[in-house]
Amino acid sequence: MVKLVYNELLKMFRKKRFLVVVLILAVLIPIFTYAQYVTVQTTIKQIGTSDWKAILQQQIVDNENQLTSSRIPEEWKKWTRLTIDQQKYYLKNNINPTAPGAPTFVRKFMEEAVALFLPLIVVILAADLVSSEYANGTIKVLLTRPVARWKVLLSKYLALILSISLVMLITGLLSYLISGIIFGYKGWNLPVLSGFIQQGNQLITNQVHLIPQWKYIIYAFGLAWFSALAVGTISFMVSVLVRNTATSMGVMLAAVISGSLLTQLAPTWQSLRYFVFINLRLTDYLAGKPILISGMSLPFSLAILAIWSIVAIIIAFVVFSRRDVLN
Amino acid sequence: MKPVLSVEHLTKKIGGRTIVDDISFTVNPGEIFGFLGPNGAGKTTTIRMLVGLIKPTSGSIVIGGHNLQTHFLEAIKQVGCIVENPELYPYLTGRENLEHFARMIDNIDDDRIDEVVRLVELEKRIDETVKTYSLGMRQRLGIAQALLGNPQLLILDEPTNGLDPAGIRELRAFIRRLAQEQSISIFISSHILYEIQLLCERVAIISHGKVLKTAAVSQLVGDDSKVEWSLNPIPQAIKQFSELPYIRNVEQLGKESVMVHMPVEKIAETNQLLLASNIQVSAIRPMNQTLEDIFLEMTGGEGIG
Repeated sequence: MVKLVYNELLKMFRKKRFLVVVLILAVLIPIFTYAQYVTVQTTIKQIGTSDWKAILQQQIVDNENQLTSSRIPEEWKKWTRLTIDQQKYYLKNNINPTAPGAPTFVRKFMEEAVALFLPLIVVILAADLVSSEYANGTIKVLLTRPVARWKVLLSKYLALILSISLVMLITGLLSYLISGIIFGYKGWNLPVLSGFIQQGNQLITNQVHLIPQWKYIIYAFGLAWFSALAVGTISFMVSVLVRNTATSMGVMLAAVISGSLLTQLAPTWQSLRYFVFINLRLTDYLAGKPILISGMSLPFSLAILAIWSIVAIIIAFVVFSRRDVLN
Repeated sequence: MKPVLSVEHLTKKIGGRTIVDDISFTVNPGEIFGFLGPNGAGKTTTIRMLVGLIKPTSGSIVIGGHNLQTHFLEAIKQVGCIVENPELYPYLTGRENLEHFARMIDNIDDDRIDEVVRLVELEKRIDETVKTYSLGMRQRLGIAQALLGNPQLLILDEPTNGLDPAGIRELRAFIRRLAQEQSISIFISSHILYEIQLLCERVAIISHGKVLKTAAVSQLVGDDSKVEWSLNPIPQAIKQFSELPYIRNVEQLGKESVMVHMPVEKIAETNQLLLASNIQVSAIRPMNQTLEDIFLEMTGGEGIG
């Protein structure tokens, strides 16, 4: 099995699939870094003063005043207290919150990439994994070896999981190294708010607490990895079903992009939440961002992604081991 | 002698159409077996069933004593094949391609890879990527790939397709050498009769999914040959021919020549008889009867190719 997985990885690398993905990352990350830099500069200009410590101090005073008010509900107060803790940490450690370091960039980049950018990259890797063997005709050589068909397919799937993991690692490394040139490499211990729970239409904040940023990044990468695997598994199935690389890539791109668009266009259409590509933004639950479609929560999204993936992998294996090779 | 490959009542239906209809044949150890039929007769479908790419609707395939449907791995270990074109990974080198497929078979070491490379004479170019290879080289690399696992049976689907005449001659010599020196049985499909006749000992003729006949090539071609006579005057000559018992199928071709079926060794004798009857003979052209004639006879004039 190790030999078979090695074969698949060799083909993926020699086909320069991997190089393409790394090149895309190497071109896009500097652009995003620059965009972030411009945003920071604009904010500084708007505030009118470059003395961020004075601003931060003023914000802390404002927040503390809010705490004394009796009209504010208790859960809000907890939230405010945490914000004050966060701001005090910035002040004490001499961190400018509007000019964050590379780890903050990595976190934000992953939070944004998980919905569209990462899925697209995964599709590039996965879409031609099986279909290219059909398109080249090499499937005929591959399936006339003394190796069971399910093993051939499993080796491809394992190679896909490995390469997705590697791509995420490279994404993390590249975004850290490149953005650090501008923002500096500090900030791993920055406190970040986490622990939001989505219940019905409400955001429950009583479990919210501060965690160090490095921990948050690990969580975010774990969730992003899960959602990338789901995309990878479904593209893998499409790659088995469609014997043409271009079609397979087209189908997957259309599905991923419409998932992203539909969330924006039709948030009131409730049954949409059962569609797999609506559930890709797992990191949003971590960040406590408002969820557009009601009834969605982290366990719900994890379950939807898992169910779709399992069904896809079953279909892929059944079809691949039974189908006549006619082309 | 136990056959290397035995096919019994093999049938394949796709979407209600019968592509391969109840065919049976056997291939013996060390023999070159031809599988002859026009395009669309069901040759490729049959070959795909032989190597497990397509599941038969009914019938059985036994390779080296193992049933392909029930014991796929044991059966397919005995087989090396090229189905249609020699398809390999163009972005890998020749050696990487061989290593790739060697990893899918047990106990293939680098020595074996070197050995097959030498056998197909690709030593010089083996470390270049396959996309730079000519079709003939790809064909040879395909054969090297098929030979990696020391197969007892080599299955080649239209191996000369797209090769130039020199390449075809080279391949033919190579196939003969394989059968003689390595005592591998070789199963070759082709729509070119001449090819099969030159290479094969036995042949199965397939048309519209059915095997019309399986026999030794020598037996099929037989002793009679076609002989074309250029004569004058024709009517007397035809009369003379019809009186000879060993001459069949007398047929007039144009003003001055006649085609007959007869044994080659009787040509001289016949010539003397004609001269004795004052018939002028200006040319005698014996033609070897080919599988083509037999094919046309059997299918009732259906063209080939």
